[in-house]
Amino acid sequence: MNKSSTTLRWFPAFMATGTLLLVAVLMLGVQLSTENTELVVHFAASERWHLILFGAVLVFLVQLFRNPISAFWQRTKKHNPLPQVQLPSLNDNKSLKRLLISFAVAGLMVWPFFVSRGAVDLATLALIYVMLGLGLNVVVGLAGLLDLGYVGFYAVGAYSYALLSQYFGLDFWSCLLIGGVMVAFFGFILGFPVLRLRGDYLAIVTLGFGEIIRILLNNWTSITGGPNGISQIPKPTLFGLEFSRRAKEDGNVPFHEFFGIDYSSGYKVIFLYILALLLVLLTLYIINRLLRMPIGRAWEALREDDIACRSLGLNPTAIKLSAFTIGAAFAGFAGTFFAARQGFISPESFTFIESAIILAIVVLGGMGSQMGVILAAVIMTVLPEFAREFQEYRMLMFGLMMVLMMMWRPEGLMPMKRPYLKLKKHQSDKDNASVNRQPIAESV
Amino acid sequence: MSQCLLEASDLSMRFGGLLAVDQMALKVRKGEIVSIIGPNGAGKTTVFNCLTGFYKPTGGKILFQGQAVEKLPGFKIARLGVVRTFQNVRLFKAMTVLENLLVAQHRHLNTGLLAGLFKTPSFRKSEAKAMERAAYWLNKVGLTEFANREAGNLAYGQQRRLEIARCMVTDPQLLMLDEPAAGLNPNETRELDELISDLRKNHGVSVLLIEHDMKLVMEISDRIYVINQGRPLASGTPEAVRNHPEVIKAYLGES
Repeated sequence: MNKSSTTLRWFPAFMATGTLLLVAVLMLGVQLSTENTELVVHFAASERWHLILFGAVLVFLVQLFRNPISAFWQRTKKHNPLPQVQLPSLNDNKSLKRLLISFAVAGLMVWPFFVSRGAVDLATLALIYVMLGLGLNVVVGLAGLLDLGYVGFYAVGAYSYALLSQYFGLDFWSCLLIGGVMVAFFGFILGFPVLRLRGDYLAIVTLGFGEIIRILLNNWTSITGGPNGISQIPKPTLFGLEFSRRAKEDGNVPFHEFFGIDYSSGYKVIFLYILALLLVLLTLYIINRLLRMPIGRAWEALREDDIACRSLGLNPTAIKLSAFTIGAAFAGFAGTFFAARQGFISPESFTFIESAIILAIVVLGGMGSQMGVILAAVIMTVLPEFAREFQEYRMLMFGLMMVLMMMWRPEGLMPMKRPYLKLKKHQSDKDNASVNRQPIAESV
Repeated sequence: MSQCLLEASDLSMRFGGLLAVDQMALKVRKGEIVSIIGPNGAGKTTVFNCLTGFYKPTGGKILFQGQAVEKLPGFKIARLGVVRTFQNVRLFKAMTVLENLLVAQHRHLNTGLLAGLFKTPSFRKSEAKAMERAAYWLNKVGLTEFANREAGNLAYGQQRRLEIARCMVTDPQLLMLDEPAAGLNPNETRELDELISDLRKNHGVSVLLIEHDMKLVMEISDRIYVINQGRPLASGTPEAVRNHPEVIKAYLGES
């Protein structure tokens, strides 16, 4: 046994415990409040002090004995290796893969009819973030362009529906298309000035862009209503059927009357959920196709090495612009849907923290990985709901989660898998026969 | 005399106060293998960068198949059929070997957005063709079994071969290799020698080469340009260059 595994770590132990005490005592142990005109310090109850003390002792001991503990852990792992479970590969079994996907989709479609309204609502929110995450994944994960102003596109999508319906009375479905196209155009426009930038510089410019959009919406009161936002945005309709108790326009029949069932506000929630699910499925399909198309491969190539791209005749400008445009279009769809679901939007919903959360979803899930992004989006939206009691510590927990992720799984929850492309067998045989093999091929 | 493919005259490149390339003239005819040699820092790679549009030369003319290309951006020159490899291999490391070869064929493929989204027959056909071509070149450079391996995980010699294959799938007129033998063992260098000769013979490609390995250069080159401190020193057949007194003095040592 080497020496490092038995030495006690006195210094780190004291440091860690000191830090813990400093933070815990200030945050949990004492509280300031004003009584009349004086500031009064309240001390917490004794059981909380016991908890803090217990935590401090625990941290001290773990830090002190970290080397022996990890050595012990390594040894047990070596002696009793965990059984490796090999799941059957889905790549070889296309029909099984299709079957599983259709089951999953069917399950997700039926699921909302059996659970509470709140759960469906939360799931809808999660789906919006899935859409945003998948869109940003195109820009950041695939094309490698760090975009910190993604929420700007989201805002443009939301506001384009809100304004178009307010001023021109357009309905959700046409706005979904117009919004998508409009935001794609915005992405294209933003793409131009940032074409020459890379990495950090690009991040700063896009960050500025996101803020400009928000500030513009906040101050252009005559059109956007400023901080008051826009309310009474119409909900989506199902082939013209509304989900309200009474039809807003004359001659329209609400959904429940058309089918002769009792009115329930739950229908609307379920309808919105299914709509979001369909949008996510569409997004997934499109991105999956893009990945297997020349354009998707070019994005990744650009991320890997733009100089090599140029040397092979790929135009980096066009590739960057297409990534920006297509990534933005998905934010446009998500934004339009968001506005329709909320019925009310204001610049408050499009602050930088939203961009940060979407980016966190992409990084947490694994750059470029679609399943990872979906998983991370669900975690990031559902977890805060379950941890309501820790509301104030939400950002602290996000930060902690990010730090832990970067330490243990820097490549994300589910790192991107390369698409496996099969070379046709007979084809290479044919080549072998027709081309006289060069010595270079034999030496491998 | 066969047709002239690439012709540079009075080529100069200045970086601030440094004249990296000075009045360089260079000619590659169709089907030729031409080498550029010179001591370290002589400006060989700068010449390459000028010819491929990575640098805008500060003076001089470059004609490719009679067309002036000195003002074109790099990707446009590549589309005309001038592709290059790099001194330090530049592969798309996180992508698979096969994907590397597919990306390179980008401009030959059906890049229509809708065609790809709906998998139209013409899209499938163009993808199948790309796969076929990729398979052919994989086999040629002996990387078929690594097709789905990430390019960054290949051994160094394999990466070098993949880079050449990646150039060849674009169906180039002129292949420019920047020190292709750097870091290869003698065995691999010999294979490279055979590969380059084969490319010229069977695929009608002309080759412009920067190389330090004198044995390789002398064996396969039709003509050699020697540059020193940015200035052309000598040019001619391997035999003539080898016996050129200036070259011996500047490059091979004064012994």
